Order: sequence, then structure tokens, then C-alpha cells
Amino acid sequence: MFRPVIMSLALLLGSMVMPAQAASDDSLYQALGQQQGISALMETFILEIADDERIVHHFEKTDIERLHRMLTEQICELSGGPCSYSGDDMVTVHTGMNVTTAEFNALVEDLIAAMEQHEIAVSAQNRLLAILAAMHKEVVNL
Amino acid sequence: MYGKDFAMVRVFFLIMLAVSVVPAAHAEGRLLATGGATTIEGSAGGGIVPWATLSSYAAEGEWGGTVQLNYADVEDYQLDVVGATLNYGNRLELSYARQDFSLSRLGGSLKQDIYGVKVRVAGDVIYGELPQFSIGMQHKRNQTFALPQAVGARSDSGTDYYLAATKAWLDGPFHRTWLANITLRATKANETGLLGFGGDLNNDYELMTEASVGMFLNRHWIVGVEYRQKPNNLGFAAEQDWHDVFVGWFPNKRFAVVGAYTNLKTIAGAPEQKGFYINLQVSL
Ligand code: HEM
Repeated sequence: MFRPVIMSLALLLGSMVMPAQAASDDSLYQALGQQQGISALMETFILEIADDERIVHHFEKTDIERLHRMLTEQICELSGGPCSYSGDDMVTVHTGMNVTTAEFNALVEDLIAAMEQHEIAVSAQNRLLAILAAMHKEVVNL
Repeated sequence: MYGKDFAMVRVFFLIMLAVSVVPAAHAEGRLLATGGATTIEGSAGGGIVPWATLSSYAAEGEWGGTVQLNYADVEDYQLDVVGATLNYGNRLELSYARQDFSLSRLGGSLKQDIYGVKVRVAGDVIYGELPQFSIGMQHKRNQTFALPQAVGARSDSGTDYYLAATKAWLDGPFHRTWLANITLRATKANETGLLGFGGDLNNDYELMTEASVGMFLNRHWIVGVEYRQKPNNLGFAAEQDWHDVFVGWFPNKRFAVVGAYTNLKTIAGAPEQKGFYINLQVSL
């Protein structure tokens, strides 16, 4: 009686192990509200970070306007929008910060809080979080 | 019996109340729900399967812990479990659970204490390509060995060893976050140890497969299924595999509630042991 259950589990696992397909379309960009929506979302995100005592100290000397511009460009590009990121690469930017996984998680929570405020659908939230989670090793413990 | 249950529940809610008013910094370096629930054997995981994830929300350098209550009510039996865990640095989990299994038809109860250790050996449940891998053991001491012995069990204590792999996909099928776990367990335990260890049919370690799959509907709600293969060491009654369907609610990093509908099938000869299971957990 368990054979069908186990087989469907195996199938499910198999299908999940396959790499998430690259965003060849711009549906995530649309779901985030295009250029304008992303810019507004990044503003809320930065406000959340500014309020987050777990990580705000990293941003003490940061040019916030540039950070906002760079994040907006980057998310626009990664979500399939018509932008190209002009900032420094992730490893260069975050080297020397010694960001921990707990701090990375704090930033993820701030982004989730921002996305909730902008009423972004759970499906679009998950797509964006998966893209950012893949950059974990380019940010943490450098 | 109701008096005792009630007292236990009261103590638990007092603890809950206490921890929720203590403003002390509590471990929260990991993402919501990554601490999982607590199994009936005290280890972090699902309801019946220990996962590779460690209890609470402690990340590197942090201490965390949980206190929990499990209660299962199936046709002829009730299972009460109280337990607590400690987690250091998302690396080492120590757990204790006390199981009290009442035989409502026969009268009396079976009890055991379970001491658990789990170590995360590689990977992370969310980040990187690899799943998170942990190894663990559960040392079990049956406190009511007369009945198990009478039906053929060989020992009143035993130790299970397991290897677990757990992975979450933030953007899985249907753009939902999914979690899957596989656990391999070497065990001699009869009905998790409540009926002792080893028996007339077999007295050697055997390797059992356990699995869980869950889908997060959103950040707070997860639905899933679990399966646990079990050995068959006692001639007096065939032991059967377990499975359940569960719903978990993680309103915040302090509380978690998991409810399950379970079919434990035939236990000690009493068939059709279907019923409900609930796990209440407070993270410190
Ligand atoms: C996937 C996660 C992350 C992404 C996609 C990301 C992206 C970026 C981008 C695009 C910039 C601007 C680069 C530039 O100016 O050329 C930046 C800067 C920065 N990031 Fe991150 N970041 C991530 C995680 C983190 C975390 C977890 C922290 C710390 C808790 C952090 C701290 C900083 C700081 C302090 C700066 C400003 C550097 C400066 O002042 O020049 N980042 N990040």
C-alpha cells in the first residue's frame, strides 16, 4: 500500500532536484511591478534594514542612494527586466564584511517584510528569494 | 489519568507563559520554521521522523532550545510526550523526551525515557546545493519492561542511530517552498522502544527508511506527509509501518503547532489505530 506513496515521493524529489529554470521570461519582473515597483520595494527594503539592529551597523558608511540604485538595477535584471546591473560584483562588494549566515537571514527577513508590505504574491516572493539565496556563498563569510 | 494529563498541560502552559513574557534575547538567527517541530522521540523533525535540521532558531554562535508537548489519541491508545531540547550553534542538539503510552482498553501504561544527540555534519537546509546532513542517536530506556518482556522483547534499553538529509527548495513546484527529508535509522526498537528492544523473531540491528515531504502554503503554514518503516521483532504481534498527514502552523519564532491525522495501523494486535496527533512547541 505504500509503494505508490513512495514512488510519488521519489518522482517529486526527482523533479525538485532539477535546477530551477533560469528566468528567460519577464514574468517575475512584471509580478514585482516593473521598474517602478522594484524601486519602491527596494526603498521599503532599505528602510527595513535601517530599522534592523541586527545588521544596520554594516551600512553605517554606505551611500544609501547608490545602494538603492544598485539594488534596483540588480533586481530588475535578475527578474528578467530590461536593465543591466552596473555595480561591483557581489564578492568584491561584500569582502571584508564578515557577514554571517544569521545576518544574511536577517536581510532575507527584511526583504520578506518589505514584500509583504507591497503585497507581492507568495509565488513571486519565493522566486525572488530563491535567486538571492543562490548568492549566499558570494556574500557570507568573506 | 485525566488529572495527570491536565497537570502536565498546565505546567506546559505556565512554561509557555513564562518564556513569552521574558524579554531576554532568544535565538533567532535562522529563518522561520527551519527549526521544524519536535518528534515523539524528542528530536527536532516532523512528528514521527527526525530531520537533519536542529531544534530552535539558534545559528552559529547562539544557544537555543525548545520545550514541547506531544499528544496522540488513536483508537485504543494515547501517547503523551513531554520533552526539551538544547541547540548550540546549529551544530549540536541534545534532547530529552518522556513517553507515556496508555493502554485505554487493557489499562496500565508503557513508559520510556529517550536521550538524544544530533550533530549537523554538512550542508545547510536552505543554502548551497547539498542537503543538510546530520547524524544522531537516541538512547531509550524503557521503564515498564514487564509487559514487553512477557511478549518476547530481549532488552529494556536500546540505542537507535540515524543519518538524516533534509533540503528545502524556496521556489519549488507551484512556486511554493518545499521541504523533503530522508532518514536511515539502525534500530532494534519495538514500537519505538515502548515494547522494548529486540525479540524472538529478530535481535539484530536493522536499517529502516523514513521520509517526510512538506509544502509551505505561505511562510506560516505547511502541509505534508510522513512515512516511517518499522522493524518486526516480536512474534506475538506483527509491527507495522507508520504514516501521517500533517499541518504545521508557525505564527512566529516562539511557537509552533503541528496537527496530524495518523494511521498507526495495528499496534500490539489491536487493529485500526487511527486518530489525531498534536505537537505544541515553544522555542527559547
Ligand atoms: C543576496 C543577498 C545580497 C545581495 C543581492 C546584495 C547586493 C548588494 C548590492 C547590489 C550592493 C551595491 C554594490 C555597489 O555599490 O556596487 C550591496 C552593497 C552592500 N551590501 Fe549587500 N547584498 C546582499 C547581502 C548583504 C548582506 C547579508 C549584508 C550585511 C548584512 C550586505 C551588506 C552590504 C553593504 C554594507 C553594502 C554597501 C557597501 C558599501 O558601502 O560600499 N549585503 N549589496
